[in-house]
Amino acid sequence: MNQYYHSIRIDTDKCDGRMKCMRACPTEAIRIRKNKATIIEEKCIDCGECISVCPHNAIIPLTDPFGELAKFRHTVAIPSPALYTQFGREILPDKILDGIKKLGFDDAFDLAFTCGEVSFAIQEYLREYKGPKPLISIACPTIVRLIQVKYPSLIDQIIPIEIPRELASREIKKKKSKQFDLKEKEIGTFYLTPCPAKMISIRQPAEKGRSHLDGAISISDIYGPLLSAMESTEKISFRKALGNICILGIGWAMAGGICRTLRLKNSLAVSGIPEVLKVFNDVERGKLRNIDFIEAYSCPQGCVGGSLTVENLYVSYNKILKLIETLEYEKIKACPDIREVRKLYGQKYFFMEGKLEPRPLKPLDEDLGKAIKKRKEKDTIYKSLPKIDCGICGSPTCLTFAEDVVTGEAKLEDCIFSLPQKLQDLSQEMISVLNKSAIFSPKIPSQKKGKKKE
Amino acid sequence: MDNENGFSLQFEIKGSNFGSAGKVSTEIKEILQEIGIDPSIIRRAAIATYEAEMNVVMYANRGTLSLTVTPKNLHIRLDDEGSGIEDINLAMQEGYSTATDEMREMGFGAGMGLPNIKKNSDEFKISSVPGKGTSLEIIFNLNQAERA
Repeated sequence: MNQYYHSIRIDTDKCDGRMKCMRACPTEAIRIRKNKATIIEEKCIDCGECISVCPHNAIIPLTDPFGELAKFRHTVAIPSPALYTQFGREILPDKILDGIKKLGFDDAFDLAFTCGEVSFAIQEYLREYKGPKPLISIACPTIVRLIQVKYPSLIDQIIPIEIPRELASREIKKKKSKQFDLKEKEIGTFYLTPCPAKMISIRQPAEKGRSHLDGAISISDIYGPLLSAMESTEKISFRKALGNICILGIGWAMAGGICRTLRLKNSLAVSGIPEVLKVFNDVERGKLRNIDFIEAYSCPQGCVGGSLTVENLYVSYNKILKLIETLEYEKIKACPDIREVRKLYGQKYFFMEGKLEPRPLKPLDEDLGKAIKKRKEKDTIYKSLPKIDCGICGSPTCLTFAEDVVTGEAKLEDCIFSLPQKLQDLSQEMISVLNKSAIFSPKIPSQKKGKKKE
Repeated sequence: MDNENGFSLQFEIKGSNFGSAGKVSTEIKEILQEIGIDPSIIRRAAIATYEAEMNVVMYANRGTLSLTVTPKNLHIRLDDEGSGIEDINLAMQEGYSTATDEMREMGFGAGMGLPNIKKNSDEFKISSVPGKGTSLEIIFNLNQAERA
């Protein structure tokens, strides 16, 4: 039954079926049944929209609790570069990483450097690639799932280079196990995540391999403790800390960061599911063949807009932007050595271990003939509906309701607009039964008979 | 066209309506996905219907696209009312276009439309009456292809 793992759970005690999540869901994966929201697993792409709109916090992202750390002999936190944007401008990554170490992790790893390596690897891949364009970034796990589900024909255009957090974790486990004479499984690596989607990409990677990470902790969970932990960190000079920032990697926190730092000419960045859908529709039609590379994120403005972040997304977006400008101005290039990256690239170091496969939605029926018939039926039902998408039936739109009826998930009577008709039919029936009865014959003529009255 | 085993739909396309250009091909794509057509056929059909739709938007006053899906094939017919095509052989040549500069600036009119439809479809027929309009018939076979 649970073919797909999801990082979202609905707390049925808190949910009172207010339909906000159902309306916000970009893939129409939520239905309200018996006043409670339910998720259709195969349609969900873990974007987290529902979490943000729920007025009762009834939709819970399943990230890991802090206690998980105790299961390991040595623990390393790998914060998403989006964490660097969550605090004031004078707080640079060095200070944040120091603060994390005070929270109980044995070490904190700067992912921006790995992101920088992957940026170079993407550049290499773009140079060699000869297939259909544009190529699509793998950075956002929700986008990867969106392509698997809704745009299966674009799957070969996703760059098959592993995401930085997986590469980093693989490397950390290798190094630390040698350093401390531990087994790799005794080293726990935790991603500090801006969104719940990263959690599923750890529990169930899209390419069906195994993740090198052991868990993910929500940025919003760690925010408070980290804020106070940073107060007691040693002072680091601003300039020195600035000098440690990898300009290529820091951009991964925001939409457009990869395009901008790699200075790709024919590339574009898009964020927010509705906008991504527009762009992918154009890609599918062959309209964007002249674009080399697309960076797409499900959250507005990229990872800084993740549903588990704390800071206003425009403020954090701007912080990254200004940081990149400062680094450019100061000509600070604490970046990976491109020759080293090219060498590793040649050794296939950066490539994904598994292969991405499409995950198209189940058709209306496995049998083509029946599926066509059901689609026709759906159209007939839809035409009879009021088309106001009120949602009272529990489906987000009249069109999805028609589909739910055809697939047997809902009954036509669930549409409240069928009620007056049903009442009329019922009363007609009652009257005709009464009129036929020999015992009791009321003086109520049925409507039709009434008209024919002599 | 509509028969026992088939499902037909009609779509109206308005000329010069660039704002909603592409809507019909997106809708058709979604229908084909629901029915469970092979993704590679859907992609070809999406490209062909988009190009056909754009031809109406760019060169005709209005057009009607009819889609019929049967277990055997996808049948797309497009009839438009407009200026029609004087020389079909010329129009079928790659790179030939009568698009205006404004259209080209928007990235349209590379002269690939009709050749692209032909390239992506399994069967393609075109007829035109200059001054009246153009008709296209585009067919995709489903029986040999594996189902998604």
